[in-house]
Amino acid sequence: MSDSESPPEFEPTAPNTGEEFEATEVFPEATEFDLRPGADSCYKCSTCDTNCPVAEVDDEFPGPKFQGPEQWRLKRQADDHDIDDSIMDCSNCMRCDNACPSGVPLSQMHNTARGEYVDEQMSKLSVEYWRNRVLANYRTSAWLASKVPRVANVAMNFGPARWVMEKTMGITSEREFPAFATETFREWWASEGGAAASRERARERRRERGEDPDADKQVAYFHGCYANYNTPEVGKAMVRVFEHFGYEVVVPEQGCSGTPMFANGMLDDARRHAETNVSSMSDLVEQGYDAIASCTSCSMALRQEYPELFDIDGIDDLAAHTFEAVEYLRVHEDLSGAVAAADVDGELAAEFAYHAPCHARNQGLAHQSVELFGDLDGVGVEDVGDSCSGISGTYGWKAEKYEKSMEIGDEMFDHMEHADGETGLTECPTCAMQMEHGTGYEVRHPLELLEAALVDGE
Amino acid sequence: MAIESDVLVIGGGLAGLTGALAAARAGADVRLVSYKQSTLRHASGLVDLLGYTPDGDGPLTDPYAAMSALPDSHPYRTVGVSTVREAMALFDDVAPHYHGGHTDTNALVPTHGGTVKPTARYPAGVREGLASDDRDALLVGFSSLVDFDAERAAAHLSAAGVPFDVRGTTVEFPGDLRADAAITRYAKLLDGDGTVSVDGRERSARAALAERVATELRGEARVGFPAILGDDDPAAVRADLRERLGAAVFEVPMGPPSLPGLRLEDALFDALRAAGASIETGNPVTEFDGDDRIERVYVEKNGAAIPNHADEYVLATGGLVGKGIESDRESVREPIFDCHVAHSGDRYEWFDGDAFGDHAFARFGVQTDDALRPLDDDGTAEFANLRAAGAVLGGYDFAAEKSGGGVSVATGYAAGTAAAREAP
Repeated sequence: MSDSESPPEFEPTAPNTGEEFEATEVFPEATEFDLRPGADSCYKCSTCDTNCPVAEVDDEFPGPKFQGPEQWRLKRQADDHDIDDSIMDCSNCMRCDNACPSGVPLSQMHNTARGEYVDEQMSKLSVEYWRNRVLANYRTSAWLASKVPRVANVAMNFGPARWVMEKTMGITSEREFPAFATETFREWWASEGGAAASRERARERRRERGEDPDADKQVAYFHGCYANYNTPEVGKAMVRVFEHFGYEVVVPEQGCSGTPMFANGMLDDARRHAETNVSSMSDLVEQGYDAIASCTSCSMALRQEYPELFDIDGIDDLAAHTFEAVEYLRVHEDLSGAVAAADVDGELAAEFAYHAPCHARNQGLAHQSVELFGDLDGVGVEDVGDSCSGISGTYGWKAEKYEKSMEIGDEMFDHMEHADGETGLTECPTCAMQMEHGTGYEVRHPLELLEAALVDGE
Repeated sequence: MAIESDVLVIGGGLAGLTGALAAARAGADVRLVSYKQSTLRHASGLVDLLGYTPDGDGPLTDPYAAMSALPDSHPYRTVGVSTVREAMALFDDVAPHYHGGHTDTNALVPTHGGTVKPTARYPAGVREGLASDDRDALLVGFSSLVDFDAERAAAHLSAAGVPFDVRGTTVEFPGDLRADAAITRYAKLLDGDGTVSVDGRERSARAALAERVATELRGEARVGFPAILGDDDPAAVRADLRERLGAAVFEVPMGPPSLPGLRLEDALFDALRAAGASIETGNPVTEFDGDDRIERVYVEKNGAAIPNHADEYVLATGGLVGKGIESDRESVREPIFDCHVAHSGDRYEWFDGDAFGDHAFARFGVQTDDALRPLDDDGTAEFANLRAAGAVLGGYDFAAEKSGGGVSVATGYAAGTAAAREAP
């Protein structure tokens, strides 16, 4: 039986225009996002299922079509219908969003269902809950570790400790924890003089470029956790490249983007961080700044997951003004011209095996790096195919998911080994972990390559 | 600043990909933008030219010979038969794993419903299954893959009078996959010849599958499977099974989602990259600037509009299913450029009461001039530098005629070639 009442006499092939039609309010007291139009748009073509890297290797996982629209319909049928626990096997790669020819908001449905499952069905005393919570709140561990980075780097990869972590927490001991930087990006940024110094450098640079020194070129950098605690060189490259084009950079207060929290159904944690981020970033957006991220999962969160999951003042404006760093320069500057005129020598004059992260794919950025660096002298960039790396943030860190994560990654590892280069290139920190783990290659970020081409050569 | 190219193709299905390929091979700097994945992934992977006339006569033996008798409004009449031939030559060049180009005559391919479909090009995996071949055949279905009922398909084929004995049987796919497993799960297991558990023993998936099917064989010379035999390297999967079974192996094209459609999409995207085109997928074109000419279009990402500028544009956004044509209770429209789509003001004229009747909606789409430029309701070109290709075109019913793939290839080729010629 449909949710809306049928007219008493309905003849589907006869016109009923002009008759009184009273729309039925289906969800009178709904305060959440209405997922019904999305569920109704699904015509069960299963294109999403053919894009799901987990369904390709995991016989327990029913795939995105079930997790999204079908589960939503089951829930509508009966209030006591539980969320199927396979929702926790979705890695939140979000490839299904990109797939659906009918515009069904699949990841929004998955995130919503996963949040409900964790809230209402998962025991808050279970090891899985606490393991997921620790993984999802990577920023907290990283913050702590950054206080004593050298000790942390040794302790976190200390064999017996890792054995205990696997046995008691279910965090795989197969992977090495990423190293913590001895100086975080924010510490470096403060030591460089912060926003005031950036303004001066940018003005000077605009003068050199023959631009109006008072031009309105201001960006707010969302560095995320990883560029701050683990790879500050990526953050530094962002600052130098943007200043090279005459942009003043500010680095506002920020928390985690929320990406690992969405993937683990920790929506309350994610909301807390989102509130901090939206509040500080949207003030700047109001003043004419654009928000720039160097991590494609961070930009994905700000652009798509925030407005899909939370109702926070300024959230839509922030989404509309958020860009991935290279994408932004590509639209606002003659980036391809600058790259074509440049060359790279030294350490980064190499062949790279490039992997497009799933979350970059969803923002339409999957081909950007290969396209852009195609004309750069001194380097070669080869695409290693459109498969998922398999780690999907926290997914591949879970002991019970590790094997599947590596099986998903197999295709990428294989293509990397067949590529000319022995250095990896990607925008995503956890894809980088997986690329390194599977091949032993060092992995760099496209912004580092841009810095080498445009800034270092000067 | 905008993202620049000579030719911008909007749409990543068969028409858009062919258009982009034609333009890139003609020397233009081409960019293809596509929103979500296209209906090519739903398609059987067969490329039909013309199976039946608009009056329902057929199956046609020679599709080219029947084209001149089509109504003036038909896209084949717009581009002309010689352009259709050039377009198919381009297709044959970029899809070397396809057969059928050796002749003008339609091939007859058994479908998963047990009908026989007239088609112009078919993937290599289908070749041993043609209905014109008189060797006896065994169709094998899997109990977990309910979209293919082998016994029923075999019975239908027999009733259709195929010139061979055909029998269907259903087996468990080794490893006991879940009932709604993704087709890519089967394909990946077979591609990598992964390990499955059979009666408590670890076995190679291909060996275990061949062993089960071998017990069902009663001397048939060929065995047909639903089209799940590998994604990356289906030829190797078929060769392995053929050797193990001692019988020819073929695939029966399936409904959505379709691995032959996925494989064709992959092959065309690879060819497009090799031709040097730029590609962006994942975001829609929502707005444009321009009056008589399109100046630029905007690709929208959650409220941020990224300008893309080109000299020439190709609209290949699909039909009603692909959402290149949209409708509501009031009207039918082309959503990006608001090109004119002729339709009755009374929506009860849009369809026929009979489910398989002559529906007006099946022919909804833009009408064009001879250069494939969409026309407004006065019959003048909407924009000087916009051409349309594929299912966004009106005036033909691809489902009834079996002409969907051919019209996409032919008009995509014509639009892409013309766009490259016009671009400075």
